[in-house]
Amino acid sequence: MKHLAPINQKAGRIEAHVAREKAAAELDVVGLESRPPHEQAGPHFPLGCSLVFFPGWEADSSGGTAGLCQPVERDLFDCHLMCFWPAHVPDQLNHAQDWTAKCASAQKDWRKIDLVFP
Amino acid sequence: MNPSVATRTGGALALREFHPFEAHGARFLYMVPSAGIFRLDDASAAVLDALAAGPRTAEALVDRLATVHSEDRVREAIEELRQIRAVGDVDAPREEVANDLPPAGFPLSTMVLNVTNKCNLACTYCYEYGEDKIVDTQYGKQPKFMSTETAEESVEFLLKEAGANPVAHLTFFGGETLLNFPVLQQTVAYARRRAAEVGKRMEFSLTTNATLLEPDVIEWLAENHIGVTISIDGPKEVQNGLRVFHNGKGTYEVVLPRIRELLRVHRTRPIGARVTLTQRNLDVLGIFRHLTEEIGFWEVGFAPVTTSSQREYAIDSAGHDRMLHQFEELGRGWLDAALRDEHHGFSNAKDTLEEIHKGVSKAYGCGAGLGLMGVATDGNVSLCHRFAGSDEHTIGSVADGVDRERQQAFLVDHHIRNKPACHTCWARPICSGGCYHEAHVRYGESSAPNLHYCTWVRSWTHTCLEFYGTLAERNPSFLARFDA
Repeated sequence: MKHLAPINQKAGRIEAHVAREKAAAELDVVGLESRPPHEQAGPHFPLGCSLVFFPGWEADSSGGTAGLCQPVERDLFDCHLMCFWPAHVPDQLNHAQDWTAKCASAQKDWRKIDLVFP
Repeated sequence: MNPSVATRTGGALALREFHPFEAHGARFLYMVPSAGIFRLDDASAAVLDALAAGPRTAEALVDRLATVHSEDRVREAIEELRQIRAVGDVDAPREEVANDLPPAGFPLSTMVLNVTNKCNLACTYCYEYGEDKIVDTQYGKQPKFMSTETAEESVEFLLKEAGANPVAHLTFFGGETLLNFPVLQQTVAYARRRAAEVGKRMEFSLTTNATLLEPDVIEWLAENHIGVTISIDGPKEVQNGLRVFHNGKGTYEVVLPRIRELLRVHRTRPIGARVTLTQRNLDVLGIFRHLTEEIGFWEVGFAPVTTSSQREYAIDSAGHDRMLHQFEELGRGWLDAALRDEHHGFSNAKDTLEEIHKGVSKAYGCGAGLGLMGVATDGNVSLCHRFAGSDEHTIGSVADGVDRERQQAFLVDHHIRNKPACHTCWARPICSGGCYHEAHVRYGESSAPNLHYCTWVRSWTHTCLEFYGTLAERNPSFLARFDA
């Protein structure tokens, strides 16, 4: 921090927390990266089914998957192309033909793929 | 970039919860409820000043401060103030007080044994025997003295409940603790042996009125490294006013030579005095000077008397003001000593500064019923020594262990979450509603917040924050003493 100086012990912990959050935000999604995304209590599990960059195929910081791809809103568009997993993705033949139109490169543009509601 | 950052810009910003203070020309924020303390620079101070008049957008802040600070500096300052939550979106909901109960298996660190409920004095204001007592100590069901068996069971209870803690603290209390000296001796020997067997260290302390400090007792206290706190109210006329024998005779002449002997012989632990302030004795400075300079106590702690408001010795509003001003003056003495890296025995200042340094943010007024418990003479375990023997405040027994349901009910009832009056107070991280026993005596309900102390607590905390800021500016290395 440049404009605020932490003075007591708690302020030091707040500053460290903010720094970790900031570093994590800059690292972006980790996917299959081998380095830990930021300091965390639990182990980092780079669990994936592919060697290419498919965001979502990792465990969350607790080693679970609750926050990741299994809930329908987190299913990722590449899953339906090549994965056996019964991913819930929009019907690109009938209702959402342009779903991936803004996503030329999954690595860069995956956030542009929006939710589709019936 | 985190998408949430991108969506943040545009909306109006407003101040969030903190308490500002100044010290030695610098400006600081005491964050609520985290209790973190940050020093402001010119840019962050300017942003806060501009927002004090009302919500503004980041762009409006940049425009307003353009003549003094560059856009980059203003935006950086805003972002940092957001990160510590001093500033936030104007329509962001107020953060609710967290409902975070302590985890199961929380270790017990201190056990207070009421080894007797009998006393050889009859101090008018005593919460245990006086007009506001909550347990019938004279004709009640508890035995007058704790037996060796109960004391040893208490030791076993403490060793078990201490969990993984390497150190356990055993404190002896009364009544007049030294009336049960034989049990004290046996218990210390037993506890030391048992602690060694289970690989822990046991520390001991006691509180006494000093009337029974005979040479053999003093020698035993010194040999066994027992921490000693003496209940004493000050110079002769003060001490003899309310601290009297049953026949009404004052105690000063009896305790003074014994205390002098204790201070001369017992050098293994610092010895402190604990003063009860009442409407009749509020000369904090005079009492402190007498107890430290003239008698030689290492430190002195002051506590206002616990009593219902109608007692003639209850401290009234003007008395609270007087007490506060004297605390502030004595506190300045403490600060001057700290700036010179010297010891000063005003323990109230030291204790508050330590909590400020660590950034303590409490969900409970104290550790009673959790990290600290009291044991009555019959072995019943209560929230703390002040409730020993009160059925309403019993949470188990040393023989049968803690009644987890009652303990849980207590923890839910007494959590700051259930003290809505505290939720808007900036001093809640350090106060959290205050003493349960004080609340019980004052309001008939141990879970009530001590609203009669609010102004006092905020004023004293603010003063201590200023002391802390001054030390941080002028002698920061002193604060490392609180690092442990």
